[in-house]
Amino acid sequence: MPDTLLFSMEVALNGLMAGVMYALVALGFVLIFKASGIFNYAQGVMALFAAMTLVGIQNGQVPFAHLINAIFGTKIHHFGWQVPALLAILLTVLVMAVFAWAVNRFVFSKLVNQEPIILFMATIGLAFFLEGVADLMWGSEIKTLDVGLPQGINTWIDETTLNAFGYGFFIDNLDIVATIIAALLVVGLVLFSQYTKQGRALRAVADDHQAALSVGISLNFIWVLVWSIAGFVALVAGIMWGAKSGVQFSLSLIALKALPVLMLGGFTSIPGAIVGGLIIGVGEKLFEFLIGQPYLGGATENWFAYVLALLFLVFRPQGLFGEKIIERV
Amino acid sequence: MKKLGTLTVGAIIAAAPAMADLVIPDLSYRTGPYAAGGIPFSDGYQDYFTLLNERDGGIGGEPIRLIECETGYNTEKGVECYESTKGEGALVYQPLSTGITYQLIPKAQADGIPLHTMGYGRTSARNGEVFNNVFNYPANYWDAASVAVNYLLDQNEGSLDGKTIALVYHNSAYGKEPIRTLQALGEKHGFSLTEIAVDHPGQEQKSQWLQIRRERPDYVLMWGWGVMNQVAIQEAANVRYPMEQFIGNWWAGAEHDVTPAGAAADGYLSLNMNTINPDAPIFEEIRTTVIEPGLGAGAGDNVGKVLYTRGMYAAMLAAEAIAKAQEIHGTSDITPEQMRDGMAALEMTEARMEELGAPNIGPVFAVSCQNHGGSGEALVQRWNASAGAFEPLTDFITPDTSVIDPLVEEDSLAYAAENNITPGCAE
Repeated sequence: MPDTLLFSMEVALNGLMAGVMYALVALGFVLIFKASGIFNYAQGVMALFAAMTLVGIQNGQVPFAHLINAIFGTKIHHFGWQVPALLAILLTVLVMAVFAWAVNRFVFSKLVNQEPIILFMATIGLAFFLEGVADLMWGSEIKTLDVGLPQGINTWIDETTLNAFGYGFFIDNLDIVATIIAALLVVGLVLFSQYTKQGRALRAVADDHQAALSVGISLNFIWVLVWSIAGFVALVAGIMWGAKSGVQFSLSLIALKALPVLMLGGFTSIPGAIVGGLIIGVGEKLFEFLIGQPYLGGATENWFAYVLALLFLVFRPQGLFGEKIIERV
Repeated sequence: MKKLGTLTVGAIIAAAPAMADLVIPDLSYRTGPYAAGGIPFSDGYQDYFTLLNERDGGIGGEPIRLIECETGYNTEKGVECYESTKGEGALVYQPLSTGITYQLIPKAQADGIPLHTMGYGRTSARNGEVFNNVFNYPANYWDAASVAVNYLLDQNEGSLDGKTIALVYHNSAYGKEPIRTLQALGEKHGFSLTEIAVDHPGQEQKSQWLQIRRERPDYVLMWGWGVMNQVAIQEAANVRYPMEQFIGNWWAGAEHDVTPAGAAADGYLSLNMNTINPDAPIFEEIRTTVIEPGLGAGAGDNVGKVLYTRGMYAAMLAAEAIAKAQEIHGTSDITPEQMRDGMAALEMTEARMEELGAPNIGPVFAVSCQNHGGSGEALVQRWNASAGAFEPLTDFITPDTSVIDPLVEEDSLAYAAENNITPGCAE
């Protein structure tokens, strides 16, 4: 098989895996937008906050230690214990649920019936506030995330493809884990929305707020629920991305990778987020390999993802799986 | 009414700058995506001046007044910090960002305030006859590129003929700085250079490392910053690229760059313009005089680390230049113009570094009106993952001035022509 074809296959496979990582971030946006019509600018910061909280709990770090020490003149930083990864994840989910409640109680319950742009602006404020809280709570240094995820080349794929094609493909074990987790997450979300009372209520709210209210569904409860689920998705994305680079403030910028996915897949579709992620991932990686690196000096991925999304928008403004909005006068 | 008038006068007096102080702005970045690098540098920078205030009452009997201004590593905020602090009588700025430096060069030139862009910024500012107010000692990016190549020459019995070197760089003005020098060095030594750009912030580098895996260059050099460094080192480990053939520049060689990759980062190499010695007497003094009484800029957990040491070294060079300016002009209360004279006459000797409690912390160098760049020497350090520390692998290595000098001259003279500057020493 010619080298270029083999390399392209490897690049495409890695693009699919990268796409899954983008989709993990995009899922959080979709959940909140679908249920409440809010484009949550803070989703990337939520991933950062969740990952920082997880590492902080795991390492027994005292939250707000610098603040406490500055006020009381103490020198405390750690409780002196290590929390097992699974327990730390559960505690972080709890923290994200409390955060969801607080966001709805103190922000969005005051903004009922406001224009979508006002709600969007509120999430911008929320993003900066949450970033500041994360800094005060856990500090700015880079933290190593260790929840036992495997990393590095998958030797089985490497050897199998080497025997078959004479060239061993590189696939990162972390990406394989991310793919499995994303699949479980999507199946879990679909089962939840189809077969549970709360899931059906969530779909009803997504379809029509007022109709849902009229049959006794509590909007507040549903919004807290959906922000909690988005918080959980943010934690998963934070773990996956944080395992690569350590947990640090640039983690919030992963939201930039989710935007073209949303434009392409639609803001209201969970399968759209996954398929959009895959298309963006493969598209940008193949473009970089076939055109970017040889002819354009490389580093084309960031902008090409948006070009690809724009191309789709021209033909399907609602995205691949988004709902077509038709307003009749 | 009289009471109000008294209060107003009092407020004006209190708000007015104490002009007798030696004012040092610290353009730090403790927030945002690059905070992990900005915090230790700023802590080291401030703690050294605090030590001088506490131990010696300042420099030459004149207290130092630090003004910290948060830039978030953002160019616009950096310029705002400069504009809002220069009226306080600022003696020298350490912009701590190549982007901010480029914006400040014409401003500082017009205002007569010196910039110290230590190991970053505009490389050709080494030509002091064009850039009267800009100093980039002890080394610049082109020196770094040359030092890396000289190290590789040493590893290959003096020849890189036929070798392949890949440069993985931050796709910004900073990341592109070494390209020209490496191309010139490639022509001289016969190695081929592959340039691999990584877009900001560098969280995703799969394409770049797949390319490296396919092409297997003999060596990889990295001009990275922030999250790009951690991801690159992790990806290098993932594709099993040998760490001993992977060399980062001095902004890609701090502890936080390697620790997320864990044991896989063991053996990673990077350049450094200063040595690392947490047991040096100066750190002991900082711990006892600044950190323990609670006067530290941070919690004290960064003392002795790579970027803390660099920040402290930057402050040390600024303090030495202040002392030199006081000596030249016979006054303790110096002006920015006098500070520039002090910087242009700065000399760091082995004996002086020893006397300061930081033996061998940097290369021996002397600044002059013509050469604002120092010796350009840097060393190669190796990450020991089990010890959790960088260890020096070489002594300070001298760059190839026969390649760098013509490039500096060409670039600086082009700048002079564009800006109607007649090259010459400041008067």
